[in-house]
Amino acid sequence: MADFETPTLKPYPVIPAIEIGSMAHSQPFVAKEDHQQKLGFPGELVDDWENVAVKKLGELVDKSRALRVFLDSCVKCGACTDKCHYYLGTSDPKNMPVARQDLLRSVYRRYYTLAGKYFPSLVGARDMDKSVLDEWYSYFHQCSQCRRCSVYCPYGIDTAEVSMAAREIMDTVGVGQKYCNEIIGKAQTIGNNLGLPEPALADTLEGLEEDIEEETGVVVRMPLDEEGADILLVTPSADFFAEPHVDGLIGYAKVFHQAGLSWTLSSYASEAANFGMFIGSYDNMQKLALRIREAALELGVKRIVFGECGHAWRVAYNFLNTLAGPFDFLDPDYPVPQHICEVTYDLLQRGALKMDPSANDDMVVTFHDSCNIARGSRMGDFEGGQLVIPRAVIKASCNHFVDMPADAIGEGTFCCGGGGGLLTDDLVELRVKGALPRMEALHEVTEHHGVTHLAAICAICKSQFSKILPYYGFEMDQVVSIHQLVSNAIQLDGQQAQ
Amino acid sequence: MSLLTIAFTLLFYAATLILVAGLAYRIRLYARTPTPLRIPTTPAPTTTPGVVRRMFFEVTLFNSLFKSNKWIWLFGWIFHAALLFVLLRHLRYFTDPVWSWVELVQPLGKYAAFAMVAGLAGLWARRFLVDRVRYISSLSDHLMLALLIAIGLTGLGMQYVAATDIVAVKAFFLGLMYFDWQPMPADTMLNLHLLLVALLMIVFPFSKLLHAPGVFFSPTRNQADNPREKRHLPTQGASAAQATAQAAESR
Ligand code: HEM
Ligand code: SF4
Ligand code: SF4
Repeated sequence: MADFETPTLKPYPVIPAIEIGSMAHSQPFVAKEDHQQKLGFPGELVDDWENVAVKKLGELVDKSRALRVFLDSCVKCGACTDKCHYYLGTSDPKNMPVARQDLLRSVYRRYYTLAGKYFPSLVGARDMDKSVLDEWYSYFHQCSQCRRCSVYCPYGIDTAEVSMAAREIMDTVGVGQKYCNEIIGKAQTIGNNLGLPEPALADTLEGLEEDIEEETGVVVRMPLDEEGADILLVTPSADFFAEPHVDGLIGYAKVFHQAGLSWTLSSYASEAANFGMFIGSYDNMQKLALRIREAALELGVKRIVFGECGHAWRVAYNFLNTLAGPFDFLDPDYPVPQHICEVTYDLLQRGALKMDPSANDDMVVTFHDSCNIARGSRMGDFEGGQLVIPRAVIKASCNHFVDMPADAIGEGTFCCGGGGGLLTDDLVELRVKGALPRMEALHEVTEHHGVTHLAAICAICKSQFSKILPYYGFEMDQVVSIHQLVSNAIQLDGQQAQ
Repeated sequence: MSLLTIAFTLLFYAATLILVAGLAYRIRLYARTPTPLRIPTTPAPTTTPGVVRRMFFEVTLFNSLFKSNKWIWLFGWIFHAALLFVLLRHLRYFTDPVWSWVELVQPLGKYAAFAMVAGLAGLWARRFLVDRVRYISSLSDHLMLALLIAIGLTGLGMQYVAATDIVAVKAFFLGLMYFDWQPMPADTMLNLHLLLVALLMIVFPFSKLLHAPGVFFSPTRNQADNPREKRHLPTQGASAAQATAQAAESR
């Protein structure tokens, strides 16, 4: 990749002065023709694309109250300008949330508002042309749709909604992003983002069963496509093969085993992640969601549980019921769906799991709240449970836990820098720079509280951290899964003394 | 009737019509646009009364803005609170006899005008002094502040510099309301003040001032966080959220 400098970690966060155009060169690879066509989008820039784009924008505004209200209501107060990790890490003013929205708003105003039609320069309205499209492609792929800006905007304007709309318009005129669209295609045909077919999955799971037995002396099963199981576990496919994700999967299996719960994975719906959200495509998101419904019906399960993932949980928690419901064929005693952390938390509350937190005594752990969990969904039956429950599970699993500074966690958590469909090597510079605020917060607790490990609850966060921690002088294996901690601490019946 | 009177009479009828019809059209549009998915910014209230509470504090105290930026919050909140008092105080030109509670807030309104101009000045200063805010400001953002400040200053001018014939002004506006037209006093400061107010009324439904109705319709703020308990249908959002907005508005 192009050379760039990793930002230096400052002892306290600084809002940088703007540097116009500093990230204008950042663009991900464009989707190839067949990736586009698989998703029902044109393979290349269509004729008369300017009008097609403007028309699509009008349709989207008519279909989404959020978009309409957000495009109309911004007063340019500036409250969001210092809230985006990409602005903080790159200093490019177009990475300020309001400026990012304005890339789209300028076109909306030109074609759909009186002021923009007759006084374009007064309100900053612009014609849809190639330079606008280029800017869109660049800067709407510098938004991880993390919603941090939405927390701080007086009207809750969510730039994520705006960038989803912009990406959908770009897909509609034939300019899609390779990373997202290729992955969605795989998930829709093979069943998961990595493109792992059933035999490969079965093989992997068998290997993991052997590993667990070797380590603990206990036979812990990892069932696949087992009809009549009570629980369908849907987890991000990274859990099947990458560190530290796999250790999390082992953790889920141990929890189910010890609690005596019958469960299964599905090879048909072997992916929790739903990249349809990233490109703002309701239809593609729904197709992926329906696979989960079909698998649940096919296998005759009673509950659906999701593994550790961020945006997957947002789609599952908020959208699944709308996209693929109603789920009246499942056990009404359990929410649909449940997060694995909710399951483990409930079991811990009931004293159904024996934990030995000293198994993790070699670590001082801090926790990275994933954006889509902290600001986009919930766990448990109380407001804010998504912030409490993962911490409770961590604290039950280890003796040394320290939170990062308050403005970098909870609802104000900083994105890992790789969310929203940006977790690709062609965007490494953006990912490294966007991680700056999180790295500064981590640095702070490392220096002052001796933190050694960063627990994450999302497949994207885990992959992103493994990649970028070394740029900032940390080790890649300092990131751990929450259920990896659980896996270390949980005491299985009949387990060999270690 | 003087030309001046005819011009102002027509202007205020037109401005009122544009303001009311324009806002009604916009609000109807917001209410009828569907909300395909559930997107509250969490942690969010899980019940409708909780949402009403959230919205109430959002609108009266600018809660999110307070979390976000203390300077903008301070200037912005002072400006809006002062604006509210100024508007209430103006009710005395439209009611006869003047409602007793308007009499009560009336003395406060007098000083609120200073606070309003001060708040606006603070907000405008940020548009020059903070490089990020300078970058996002377009001409219309500056003009809007200039317009409001000019309205405030001409109002203060009549109060403290060149007193105007308040009785005649009141007769003019009551005349408008009861279709019994009365002369508009020829007073430069007053005429300028009223001209600018009419301009504000006319641009309101076409400008960022739509944030006032918009805030009640923002799905990230007005949706309850209960997607597992209650299935959200993509077509169903409209009426429910409208009810919430109205509930919050009527508080
Ligand atoms: C429900 C009623 C309203 C609410 C909740 C509300 C809220 C807000 C908030 C939170 C801001 C951002 C902070 C700031 O810059 O002050 C703002 C800005 C603004 N509001 Fe309102 N507002 C309301 C009604 C109005 C009305 C009736 C006016 C009209 C004259 C108005 C004029 C403005 C202007 C001009 C700005 C931009 C200030 C700037 O340029 O920095 N607002 N409003
Ligand atoms: S905080 Fe909201 S209203 Fe203010 S500039 Fe940002 S998006 Fe616009
Ligand atoms: S959603 Fe996140 S990445 Fe996108 S503009 Fe807002 S803060 Fe930045």
